[in-house]
Amino acid sequence: MKRRNLIAGMAGLFAAGCSKVADSKAGSALLSAAEDWHRKAHRALANRQALAPEFTRADLSPTFRGNGSLTVDTPFYREQLASGFPDWRLEVTGLVATPLTFSLENIRRLPQRTQITRHDCVEGWSAIGEWTGPQLSLLLDAAGVLPEANFILFRCADTLHGHRYYESIDMVDAYHPQTIVAHMLNGEPLPEKNGAPLRMRVERQLGYKHPKYLTAIEAVATLDGIEGGKGGFWEDQYGYQWYAGM
Amino acid sequence: MKRHSLLTRLWHWLNALCVIVLFMSGLNISNAHRYLYWGNYGFDPADAWLVVPRFPGWMTIPGYYDLAGARGWHMLIAWPFALGLLAMWIAMLLSRHFWRDLRTTCAEWKPAAIWRDIVQHMKLDFSHPGAKYNFLQKLAYGLVLGVFLPLMIFTGMAISPGLEPAAPWLVEIFGGRQSARSIHFIVAWGTCAFFLVHIALVLLSGPVGQLRDMITGGRREA
Repeated sequence: MKRRNLIAGMAGLFAAGCSKVADSKAGSALLSAAEDWHRKAHRALANRQALAPEFTRADLSPTFRGNGSLTVDTPFYREQLASGFPDWRLEVTGLVATPLTFSLENIRRLPQRTQITRHDCVEGWSAIGEWTGPQLSLLLDAAGVLPEANFILFRCADTLHGHRYYESIDMVDAYHPQTIVAHMLNGEPLPEKNGAPLRMRVERQLGYKHPKYLTAIEAVATLDGIEGGKGGFWEDQYGYQWYAGM
Repeated sequence: MKRHSLLTRLWHWLNALCVIVLFMSGLNISNAHRYLYWGNYGFDPADAWLVVPRFPGWMTIPGYYDLAGARGWHMLIAWPFALGLLAMWIAMLLSRHFWRDLRTTCAEWKPAAIWRDIVQHMKLDFSHPGAKYNFLQKLAYGLVLGVFLPLMIFTGMAISPGLEPAAPWLVEIFGGRQSARSIHFIVAWGTCAFFLVHIALVLLSGPVGQLRDMITGGRREA
């Protein structure tokens, strides 16, 4: 038992040392620099348009797990969910030439992309689903993104742990062919737990970069000054990596 | 001539530090979803081939449950770990250290020879005249340097969705992402097992001299 205590003590001291480093200015700068190295390495190794693997219907997981927000807790959402979202609107705003507003019907009438992809949660689990929706690039081109825009921000209707969910990606992922605004999962309208009526698919990143219950798409020059300034709910509230490709 | 070259010593301690941080932050990450699966998908505990115990704070970095913080450490230390191993392999091949000292010979694989080596270890007799390492040492170092540590790197790369479009075959050779994740976990514990045996043998074979030589380089027995 004594030896066990010694090992536990040494491990504890070591962990405490690591926390000291992580909390220091240089330490946290190093940790976020490492995130950048991964993003740059991934971008250098893979073509900008390189696709995440696509599967067949035989590969689908029997169900698709819902995680994080499983619904939107407002009377408007309940009423819309019950009636098929007739009044749900998706805005495309920010640094664009022509701000646009889409109804679900408009979204359905755009050219569609269907892809069977694997969804990887930061926690470690994976599910495979078939997603359908227009490519984000289509919406962005329709609105005319201005050259000074560097990020695409996603606004959501759901509130998690007391904060409104949001996310952001850079222009490389925004214009990636598999980045779609999905309104269908496995050939059915998006289930409530998976983000009805609209959610993003950003297939080369982990699940928290795929915001659900989408209400607006905003082109911005910088993430500074928006919510907590780190580009997303998990990034602001819990220090998650903004680039979630690893 | 030094018993351990400067590069071996530098790499040894850098790698030890990396493996410890990666292992402890990895246990924190494991706590986020304590189920392992085979194949491409897996999220239902009912489909898990293994339910992993929850690791207590003293085993993890940070010392409390913090998935983002643990991932930060894991992603940072992955760089010196992977680049260090790559540099060590290039150096070992160029300097012929691998060929001269670590490569096993056909004669050593004969059951009688292996048995003799095991018996010798059991008697805590660690002398091995004529060669730098005995057979079991070569086997252990070869397994860790050539199989375990590279597998940690490749399975880690395989479970990164941002890297997958560049190298989808990497995920396929492991049999899918959840299989790669399971192998990552299994080999991490294999590496931990090596670490424990390694420490035990150092303690049994004169820890002061062993530690001194791994720091100063020591002197090679004639």
